[in-house]
Amino acid sequence: MRANSDATRAFESAVGAPSPEQRYALRLYVTGMTPRSTEAFASIKAICEERLQGRYELTVIDIYQNPQLAIDEQIVAVPTLVKVLPPPLRRLVGDLSNMERVLSGLDLRRKP
Amino acid sequence: MTQIDHQQTSNNPGFAKAPTGIQGLDEITGGGLPRGRPTLVCGGAGCGKTLLAMEFLVRGATQFGEPGVFMSFEESATELTQNVRSLGFDLDDLVQKKMLAIDFVRVERNEIEETGEYDLEGLFVRLNFAIDSIGAKRVVLDTIETLFGGLSNVSILRGELRRLFRWLKDKGVTAVITGESGDGALTRHSLEEYVSDCVIVLDHRVTEQMSTRRLRIVKYRGTSHETNEYPFLIDADGISVLPVTSLGLQHTASTTRISSGIPRLDAMLGGDGYFRGSTVLMSGTAGSGKSSIAAHFVAAACQRGERCLYFAFEESPGQILRNMRSIGIDLEPWMQQGLLHFHASRAAIHGLEMHLATIHKLVRKFQPRVVVMDPVGSLTSVGTSQDANVMLTRLIDFLKMQGITAMLTSLTSGDAALEQTSTNVSMLVDTWLLLRDLELDGERNRVMYVLKSRGMAHSNQLREFLLTDQGVELQNVYLGAEGVLTGSARQTREATEKAARLLRHQEVEAKQRERVLKREAQEARIIALQKEFEAEEEVAKRDIDQEQSREETNRQDRDRMGISRQGDKVLKEAEPSARSHETPRSRK
Repeated sequence: MRANSDATRAFESAVGAPSPEQRYALRLYVTGMTPRSTEAFASIKAICEERLQGRYELTVIDIYQNPQLAIDEQIVAVPTLVKVLPPPLRRLVGDLSNMERVLSGLDLRRKP
Repeated sequence: MTQIDHQQTSNNPGFAKAPTGIQGLDEITGGGLPRGRPTLVCGGAGCGKTLLAMEFLVRGATQFGEPGVFMSFEESATELTQNVRSLGFDLDDLVQKKMLAIDFVRVERNEIEETGEYDLEGLFVRLNFAIDSIGAKRVVLDTIETLFGGLSNVSILRGELRRLFRWLKDKGVTAVITGESGDGALTRHSLEEYVSDCVIVLDHRVTEQMSTRRLRIVKYRGTSHETNEYPFLIDADGISVLPVTSLGLQHTASTTRISSGIPRLDAMLGGDGYFRGSTVLMSGTAGSGKSSIAAHFVAAACQRGERCLYFAFEESPGQILRNMRSIGIDLEPWMQQGLLHFHASRAAIHGLEMHLATIHKLVRKFQPRVVVMDPVGSLTSVGTSQDANVMLTRLIDFLKMQGITAMLTSLTSGDAALEQTSTNVSMLVDTWLLLRDLELDGERNRVMYVLKSRGMAHSNQLREFLLTDQGVELQNVYLGAEGVLTGSARQTREATEKAARLLRHQEVEAKQRERVLKREAQEARIIALQKEFEAEEEVAKRDIDQEQSREETNRQDRDRMGISRQGDKVLKEAEPSARSHETPRSRK
């Protein structure tokens, strides 16, 4: 069993699975202060505070103010939370109300 | 065509249209796509949707000064640029001139996690940004249905697309939205429900191994439009649609005549040859000399300095040039001068519509006065004879509208009735020359006759013709007991006539000679008589002289005697004669 769990750890580090110290870079793209935007922001803020305290960086970008960024970052649906770091890049589309999916998208699902 | 355009625009005053600049499409839509509204262009994979959309933008930018936004969901800007470069569209240049903006929208399903409610405002923001950055009047969304692949919430997507199309209308841009058709529906996600102003369907069909692209306007709200399917081409100049049924019988008829290139054939056609702008059909069995007569016509046209387009469906240009050189017609100089252009292609490489489209395109480009299609019958091998018939009707109409004189050759197979062409185009043509072989006395000889020629008095004679080193030569007509004499029979007859002529000639000459001799004899006789008379006259003169001199002598003698016999006696005696009467007086 021991050897087995060693192997798991080795594999996890090989595929770059987030270690507890992994820093997160997140960007939330919104369009102004719509209810959906604020909902999404509140949701991700709560998750970050709970799970990633001290090791996350959350940027909120209003694409009304900066449409070029929407093009550069391939934003179609709004709101979109982009997980820039750690890789792989993920786009979490929607108001982040489905907690299961948000956590899965951020690779923060609790290990069984 | 312009007439019809005019009618359509006048029927819809105030209905603005944005011309596409795509060859033929503006004609069948009566001026272009509905301005300020979205148009749906749908069709299967590879039917040319993206290209049509892109050409709409490029022509808009280059020809109508309307900048455009191309929002691509499938290809990146680089890919698009490369793909259309072969059509002569320089997207980079247009982007630099701010006449075009390309935004590649990439939606990757494996990157996306849907976590709740969302909208497509990001798309709106990007589109709005692109439109405002260049002041775009035209927008293309290609293919927006890709979103359904990346995002799973169909009800959100549908609502957002409905909002997008309304937004595009409010924005006042003329939009082209492409959609892939499938499952018997126009588009997979029923985009046609939202885009209801104009729907164009593209199709890429393969029938009997021939692929043909077709375009059809399913719907065009607020305007009358052609509903037929139109074949279209994609080639080095982009798309060209072939508006075929918009042609009618409105062409003007020219009274100018042009030579067939064979003087004696011109003579058969009322002395001056064909009418300009007419259609000449030449039908005949294999090897009856159709191409040679066509070559004469071509050479004559080039000699007049007219452009000539030659569609060869069975021979390569090189082969035609060589063959025609063998009968003394050198077409090569005309080719080099740019007056003659060959377009050689096997009939079987395209479908009929493609042929028609190619012909249209070439005719528009080359602007010929004379078109030769050799042989037109091979087109029937492509489609059914009914299709070929329809196509030829369209073609002939088109050429007539352009005032182009057309010569079509048609092969009659040996067992078919002679006065029937493989394609029943006879009622469409103005002049029909029929070439055939006459078999007589164990030989085949070529003859031709004018079966019909509208609007001119033409010869009804069957004429034999030879292919000589100097080209086609019509022979003299000899009628024998069994009809026209041809070949050896004619030569025999010619020889007989020649002999008879010679004989007659000799007879005349002999008579002539005889006459000369006679005259000479006559003249000789006259001279002889004259001489005789002269001799007689001489003798008479001498006698008279002698007589006179004798008398004188006598008188002198008498005078002398009288003198010697004393005067008076002399007087008395001399009194009776005048002379003797004078003499005494003078002596007094």
